[in-house]
Order: sequence, then structure tokens, then C-alpha cells
Amino acid sequence: MTTAIGRPLDRVDGHAKVTGAGRYSAEIALPGLAHAVLVTSRIPSGRVELIDTYDAERAEGVLAVLHHLNLPKGGSVPPLLPSLFGAAASGQTFFPMQDEVIHYAGQHLAMVVAETLDQAEHAARLVRITYQETASITTVEQGRERAYEAEKIFAGFIPGRITRGDAAAALDRAQVTVENSYYCAANHHNPIECSATTAVWEGDRLTLYDATQGPNATLHTVAELLNVMPSHIRVVTNYVGGSFGCKAMIWDHPALAALAARAVHRPVRLALSREQMFSSVGHREEQEQRLTLGADRDGRLTAIRHHKLSPTSHFDDWAEPSLGVASQMYACPNYEGVYNLIKANTMTPTFTRCPGEASGMFVMETAMDELAERLDLDPLELRLRNYAETEPMTGHPWSSKGLRDCYRRGAELARWSERDPRPGTVRDGNWLLGWGMASSGYPVTPPGNPQRARARIFADGSAVVQSSFSDIGTGSATAMTQVAADGLGVPLERMRIQYGDSDLPNTAAAVGSAGAGMVSAAVHIAATALRDQLIAQAVADEHSPLHGTDPRQVAVSDGRMALRDRPGTGETYAELLQRAFMADAEALGTWNPPGMDTPYGTMTFGAQFAQVAVDPDLGLCRVRQLIGVFDPGRVLNRKTAHSQLMGGMLWGMSHALLEGTIMGPDGRWANASLGEYLVPVNADAPDVVVETIETTDTVVNPLGVKGVGEVGMVGTAAAIANAIWHATGRRHHRLPITIESLM
Amino acid sequence: MRPVSYSRVTDVATAIATVAADPTSAYLAGGTTKIDMLRIYAEPSQRLVDINALPIDHIEVQPDGAVRIGGLARMNDVALAPVVVDRFPVLSEALLLGASAQLRNMASMGGNMLQRVRCSYFRDAEASCNKREPGTGCGALSGVNRGHAVLGTSPHCIATHPSDAAVALVALDAMIHVQNSAGHHAVAIDDFFLLPGDTPEREHPLNHGDLITAIEVPALPAARNSLYLKVRDRESYEFALASAACALTVEDGVIAEVRLALGGVATKPWRARKAEHVLRGAPATRETFARAAAAEMADAVPQPMNAFKIELAQRTMIRALETLTARGAAS
Ligand SMILES: Cc1cc2nc3c(=O)[nH]c(=O)nc-3n(C[C@H](O)[C@H](O)[C@H](O)COP(=O)(O)OP(=O)(O)OC[C@H]3O[C@@H](n4cnc5c(N)ncnc54)[C@H](O)[C@@H]3O)c2cc1C
Ligand code: SF4
Repeated sequence: MTTAIGRPLDRVDGHAKVTGAGRYSAEIALPGLAHAVLVTSRIPSGRVELIDTYDAERAEGVLAVLHHLNLPKGGSVPPLLPSLFGAAASGQTFFPMQDEVIHYAGQHLAMVVAETLDQAEHAARLVRITYQETASITTVEQGRERAYEAEKIFAGFIPGRITRGDAAAALDRAQVTVENSYYCAANHHNPIECSATTAVWEGDRLTLYDATQGPNATLHTVAELLNVMPSHIRVVTNYVGGSFGCKAMIWDHPALAALAARAVHRPVRLALSREQMFSSVGHREEQEQRLTLGADRDGRLTAIRHHKLSPTSHFDDWAEPSLGVASQMYACPNYEGVYNLIKANTMTPTFTRCPGEASGMFVMETAMDELAERLDLDPLELRLRNYAETEPMTGHPWSSKGLRDCYRRGAELARWSERDPRPGTVRDGNWLLGWGMASSGYPVTPPGNPQRARARIFADGSAVVQSSFSDIGTGSATAMTQVAADGLGVPLERMRIQYGDSDLPNTAAAVGSAGAGMVSAAVHIAATALRDQLIAQAVADEHSPLHGTDPRQVAVSDGRMALRDRPGTGETYAELLQRAFMADAEALGTWNPPGMDTPYGTMTFGAQFAQVAVDPDLGLCRVRQLIGVFDPGRVLNRKTAHSQLMGGMLWGMSHALLEGTIMGPDGRWANASLGEYLVPVNADAPDVVVETIETTDTVVNPLGVKGVGEVGMVGTAAAIANAIWHATGRRHHRLPITIESLM
Repeated sequence: MRPVSYSRVTDVATAIATVAADPTSAYLAGGTTKIDMLRIYAEPSQRLVDINALPIDHIEVQPDGAVRIGGLARMNDVALAPVVVDRFPVLSEALLLGASAQLRNMASMGGNMLQRVRCSYFRDAEASCNKREPGTGCGALSGVNRGHAVLGTSPHCIATHPSDAAVALVALDAMIHVQNSAGHHAVAIDDFFLLPGDTPEREHPLNHGDLITAIEVPALPAARNSLYLKVRDRESYEFALASAACALTVEDGVIAEVRLALGGVATKPWRARKAEHVLRGAPATRETFARAAAAEMADAVPQPMNAFKIELAQRTMIRALETLTARGAAS
């Protein structure tokens, strides 16, 4: 019996956020707080020849200037492992300020600690570094000659070459082929809150207030980096102002904050500047993809060959898995996917919302549009002809798949059948109008470890559910309150969720759109375990009206246990507890996620439709409407889920038309500011229609939550590019699609 | 941020005396440029003299139809003043298409004229930049220069002048009124903005302590049919890649009066005199517009990443002229 789940409940933390009462990690007020500011490398490759700290050390308010010559060494750098595993999750296998070698521009070289932020910033400008620069490679173009086929990417989880059947032979025989090269610019996350950590030592115990997607990921990573026992570290994450992946892995700044605090014997806050956010917390790598589709004349795919080339760091073989979802979207017997890498003078790239899915599906879905054009087929019909009834790589059944319904509903909303297939035929003044569509999909990946929550009820019937997860702005705390209230059977007003603290029961980081699924599993299990425990107590209690009844016949609502068929027989939790002189009762819930080898394909699917207006004279493209229909399984909160999907779609638009970090010839990101790295403003926002299709999924987790965090972005860029083709007759294979390419 | 000191003044004479007396001091109006410069270390340490209380924020209509805009009038107030909306829509639009509502409420007209370039090498205090540190070279020449200028550049600096309002004011032949300890004088706006040449650090003829008290826009009946067209990557809150301020009167199919200026493509707000010359007295046709636009851009010098601006600027001019021709015919 569901009462709270699914409701469009307002955010439980909304008031605190909009009034400023909520304290983010860079706003924790502590007595004696000092401020650390990083000094970063100007050059992409070489060595620090001399670091002159004379003026900085003497500047007003300065407490310490730390660098490779005086920073105390700690433990070791843990291996790169996605934070979904719940262990240490270093963003790259490199820790700065250990020696004089420079691997990338923006590398942290020194840290100034001062009484105030202004003083630390000023003194940081006074640190003079003499460099010995060596030749560098920072772009695909520069490194093309040195590309190599990766053995494995993504922390070793994904092989560098993936095949099924014989793609080469099938392409030779294909009746129709479409082959193109594509380019996607690098992207940065740019959440509104820059990453920040406030570190406090009490003896050998460390507390970190950290803006992170995973308090436990911070805990384990810092424990290894500093060689401190995990039991002695507590990570608190009250609020996070967005992340989009830049707080998914743990970078060096939390450990540096702790080292600074230890050096000055005071609490220290280390907040990255906006500019530093471009070279401290990873990025979506610049990439080239080459895709060849082979098909028969009826449009049935016979072969897919998909190669990617991208720069990674000197330390790690990282590429976002751009081939992943694109390889699972359509039934096709022959496939070849290859990741090629270039060792470059950049930091290790990282998860950036829809890591791989956004870029890979841009490529796949624009190619499908081109194939439809070549075959004179409706693009939607082409997709239906290649509908994957089972997971194409393994042949496993899907845990659930509502894609057909997504297509149908999306087409209905977009009035797709009324679209004239010929490009360049609809005009509105100076604007050419076009309609395009694309498929969408995002994998459902289980966390690597058991997820836990604890439910506690007090004698007055109010309850709290505790779990360590952090709400990165998605509304997960709100949704978990709903899950907890329903699980225990108490009204929302009597339920509080406590979260964002590594001292609470363990969860993995809220990443990979997996947060809602895995945390709701733990919360649901804890809450229902407590409910069952209290029912059992009542049934066993001879003073209870429920004494001796069958516990399976007892249902709870509004905090009252009663027989299903005789609702008059029952009592409240409060009555039960008070009678027994119990101040509270509690239960732990543990969810053991299905293994990676579960014999199902698991994915959230969707269909995206876009209407654009292009002014080909002035090179302008304005998106007029986006329609997205998705099958995310159980929706825990309609409002926050729709906001996630809408936000994803808007980011997809931004990915298509605006976002790109440009590597300058000096090996530095040239537009490392919100003034020059363009994200959409309100005036760019089109009419966005979001709908979800009901799907029941009994495989992924107890509540059947597949996730909404990222799928909204997958396919949007392709739908827009396809709409631009429909408006103008021109194909675009580079992102972002800018004025100069539209003119 | 750089350490600064701060004081407030309430009358013009004290303001001028205070700033003139100290070479490290500067006026602080809305602060939307100044504070930025100090935060990013693009300008040296300073004593800030807050002039927001000075009584120079009025918008007044003169007997001859000119409009006098106080140096401290806020961008939004000017943009929304009925006299500006009615008589000089080009100026109103240029202001409203600039920055954001919040910034326009703070930012003053005087400060707008003196805003600094958006060149990322200028704004990176450690990069080489002849404008910020004469003689250090120009980082943009070999750097990322998509946004840079194609007109009025020199081998020493290619930074685009960022102001939108100034483009409209240049088309309208505005006068900048300046006061200093010696008295008051006015500078024609086209002479106010200097080409970089080999002294890119000199952007205008003001001396230290000179105060912009007002901007005067002379009466121009043709300006009632005027517009500002701004082309940029996103719909709002961005500087122009190309823009055109244009006023046009067509009589019997022939161009009787035209004013045309360009933004986003030049090192100063660019009066398109060559185009105006082609246009004046010529038939108001697309062919004329294209010829005029091509004439204006004939001497443009592209950089590796911004050649498209030469074509874009022409198309922007043509679109502005076509739009005004159609509007004039309709009214
Ligand atoms: C994010 C952002 C976006 C922007 N977008 C645009 C845009 O799209 N288009 C556009 O045109 N502009 C844009 N601007 C620039 C903005 O219009 C200017 O910053 C503003 O007009 C400056 O006015 P101010 O009063 O804040 O000047 P201040 O910052 O106070 O001063 C600027 C300079 O002028 C001097 N000064 C100020 N007043 C006087 C005076 N009366 N006499 C002599 N000297 C004076 C100061 O000493 C200082 O050197 C943008 C700015 C920002 C921050
Ligand atoms: S273009 Fe001008 S402002 Fe930019 S770096 Fe060169 S000299 Fe400096």
C-alpha cells in the first residue's frame, strides 16, 4: 500500500537552501578557522625549478606555505576505482606536491594557508615559481600519431576492444553503409557549488566537511592517502550544490585540506575557485569517434563498427565508455568497438553526467538518422525495425523495457506523423524549422557492496531513518523520506531522514544514476524490517489487541497496526512502545545488490524529440521544444524525478549547442570561467515536455527504481542535430554546433 | 582579491580632487568591472573612491531634443527611460541586450564606456598582454582568439571592445562630457575610443582623475527607426560575436539617412563609415546592403579562429538594414 511514494512532495531541505540556513561545506563556521588557497601550474609539462615563497610567507595573515619540499608525506594513492564500489575512489592515481614533476597545467603545486580567504588568495599570487618546461601533448590532434589501443579502460572494468560476430565481413557484405567521423569537445561539470572541504583535527581524529557525492568515498580515499585509520575519520556532507560527476570521485583537495589543518593546528577550509574547478576535479575528455553502420535495404542493421580516440592522463587509462549504450541499443549481429587512447598532459578525465552515453549516443543516433535518410525510411520506423528485444551483447532478457511505449508516446506528443520528411521545407520568417528524434538509454548498474540504512522509531510514534548517502541536489533526501514513511507506515510529517554523514550506515556514492535505486533499497528494507519487528512484538504481546493474530494479516498506516480485514482491531506503534516502557525501537536494513553477472540487461530507456529553429544567415539555432519520454521504473517523487529528467534534457541541449572547453596552444584550458564556458541561460530554455512510462522492474532493486539522474541527457544532442538537418539539410558531426558551422 | 582601501564622496569637486591627488586611486561606480579587475589582478592595487552618491545620474531632455544622460545613470534606467525608448530605440535595445538585469541595475553609463576587454589573456594576470603590461606581447595572437576583433587590430592587440551601449552611442554621434580640476570639456565619442596601435594600454583620452559627468545624445529624427542586432552563441547574458547598431530613413526607395556601427568585431565601437557612404543615396535593396557591408569589411584582418566574423558581420549589417527597411515601409 503506497501513500507517499511517487507524490510530487516539495523538497525537505528546500527551505534551508533558499533561506541560506543550510550550510554547505565551504560555509561551516568554526572557531579558529583558517583558509587554504591552491597555487597551480602554469605549464602542462616539465618541472618546478624554483619555488620562491619569501614574499608569500611574509604577507599579512599567512600561516603556512606548503609545497613539495615541506608537505608531510602520508600514505599511498589508492587505485582508481569508481565510487559506486563503495571503497576508496581516487579520481586519478596521482597525488600532487610529492615531487617537482609537472604532468598537466593546473596541477596543484603549493598551498597557502592564511587567516582569511582574501589574505590567502593574495599571498598565493605572491608565490613565484620558476619552471623548466618540456614538450607536451594536450589534444587529440597533437597526439594522434601516438595513439594506442587500450587494453582496458574505466579502472579496468571495460575491455579496450569489444566484439560480437564479425563486423568487418558483415560491413563488406552490407547493402548500405553510413560512415562518419565525429568530434565532441571536452566538457566541464560546472555545478553552482565549487568543490570545497573543511578539515578539523581533534587529536588523531579527523572530521571533513566535504562537498561529495559519497561521504564514504571521501572517507576511504583520505584514509589511504593520509594513512589514517578509517575509524578515525568522519565525513559530513550536509548539502551539495550540484556535482554532475565532478564530486563522484575523490580528488586531492580533501586530503590537502587535512594536511593543511594538521600543519597549522587549526581547522582549515580549502575551497576551489571556479577557475581551479577546470583542472582539479576531472573533465569529460575531448574525443573523436568513427562509426560505420551496415544495413540491408530494409534497414536492418547488419554491422556496427565504433572506434573512439581520446586523450587520457599519464597515470590512468581512462575513457568515458562512449561505446557502451550505443552498442546495446539495437539488435545487430556483428559489432566491433575499440577504445584508442593518447597519453596526454591532462589530468585523468572523469565521470561527467552521462559519461559516454551522451557522446556515444550523439554519434549512434545521428548516424541512424542518416541511415534513415539514405533508405528513405522514417527515422522512428528505422529504430523500430532494429528494436532490441534482448540485450544485444549477451542475449539476456531485459529486466524491463518500455522503449516501444516511449517512442509511441513521444511521437504522439511531437505529432511526428505530420512531419514532412523532406529537409528545409518549413519556414517561419528568417527561421527554418526542423523536427528530429533519437533514442535514449542509460545503464542500471548495481553498487559493489551491501547498502545499509537504520530505522528508529520513538515512543511518540515519530521516526528517523539514517543512511550515509549525500543529496547532491537531486532531491534524494526528499524521496527517501517518502520511501521511509511508506515502509514503516507512518505519515510524512512524522518521518525524518538523516543523511550525509559517514558515521551513519554505509552506502556507496550517489553516482551513475544509481543513488535512488540503491539507497531506496536500504531505506525500504530498514523501514519494513522495523515495521515487521514491531508487528511481531504486538502479536506476541498479550496486552495488544493484535495478540495472537497472524502477522501477515497486519497492515500499518498512519502509524497504526491493524488487521487487514478488521481495521478496527489494532493499535498504534506509540501505544505498543509506551506500554512496554520502550523509549524507542530500531532495525538495520541491508540490501545485497545483485551481482554484475545477473543474467539480465538493465537499462532505463527513453525517446527524445526536438524542434529547432535555425537562422542560417546568422548561424543561430534556437531549440523551441524538447519532448522526452522515459521508462525509469518506479518514480519515487514525480516532481524531483521530472526535474532530473528535464535538467538532463537541458544539459543535452547545452551539450549540442554551447558547451566546450577549449585547449589553448599553451596547454591550458582557455575558457576556464563561467563567462566563457557557456551553459544555457533561462532565455535559451525551450518548452520542455517530460513524461514517464510505467514499467515494473523486479530485478534491479526492491522498489524497481531504474533511475532518472542521467538518462534525460542521452539522445538530446542527436535529436537536436537531426532536427537541424531537417531544418537545413545539413548534417553536423561536431559538438558543440556553433554559429560558424551553422552559417 | 587585492588589498584595497575605500572611501565615499558626495560632491563632484571632492571626488575629482581625491582621485587626482593619488595616482593609485580610482573611481568606483557600480563596480561590475572594477571589482572584477581587482579580483583577477588585472589592475593594480588601488584606493577606491566611491562616487555613487554624486548627483550625476539624471536623464534629461534638452531644449534642442538632445538627451543628456548622467555618468552615473544606471544601464537599466537609461534603457527603460521613455524618451530613450521612443527616440533612440537602438540605445535602449543595446543596453537591454547587455549583461543581465542584475548587472544593469548596478552598472553605470560612465563605467560602461570604461569597461575593460574580455580577452582571456588580458584577464589572466600571468599571461603576456600588451594592454595590461605594455611590451610583454599579445597572448591572443597565438592563442584562442575566436572572440577577437577583425577590424582596427594591430600587431600589438586584437581585443574586441566589449560594450554594446557604446556601439549605439557611436552610431548616434554622442558626446562624452568630462570634468577635471581644470574644468569641463566634451569629446566626440568616436574620438573617445582609441585604436590599439602600438599603445593598446591607452584606450581613451581621459587623464587620471577625469570624471565622466554625462553622455549627450544629439537629436536625430532618423533614430526613431533604429535597432540593435546582437548575434551571440546563447540567447542572453553574453557579449556579441557581431552586432550592428543601425538607424535608417528610406524615402521613395532611396536611403535618405543612415547610421551604422558595429560591435563584437572591432577593437573599438566601430562606426561603419564606409558602409554608410555606399548606402547614403542608394536604393534600399539587398544588393546595396550587401555591397555596403562588403565595403566595410574589405580591410578586415582575420585571426586563425575568427575568420567567420568577417562574413557574420556583413550578414548582421544586411539583416539590420533589411529589418529597418521593412519596418519603415510598414509605418
Ligand atoms: C558578467 C558580465 C556581463 C556583462 N555583459 C555585458 C554586455 O553584454 N554588454 C555590455 O555592454 N557590457 C557588459 N558588461 C559590462 C558592464 O556593462 C560594465 O561592467 C558596466 O557597465 C561598468 O559600469 P560600473 O558602473 O559597474 O563601472 P565600475 O566597475 O564601477 O567602473 C568601471 C571603470 O570605470 C571607471 N569609472 C566609473 N565611472 C566613472 C566615471 N563617471 N568617470 C570616470 N571613470 C569612471 C572606474 O574607475 C573603473 O575603472 C558585463 C559585465 C559583467 C560583469
Ligand atoms: S589582444 Fe590585447 S588584451 Fe588580449 S592579450 Fe593581446 S594585447 Fe592583451
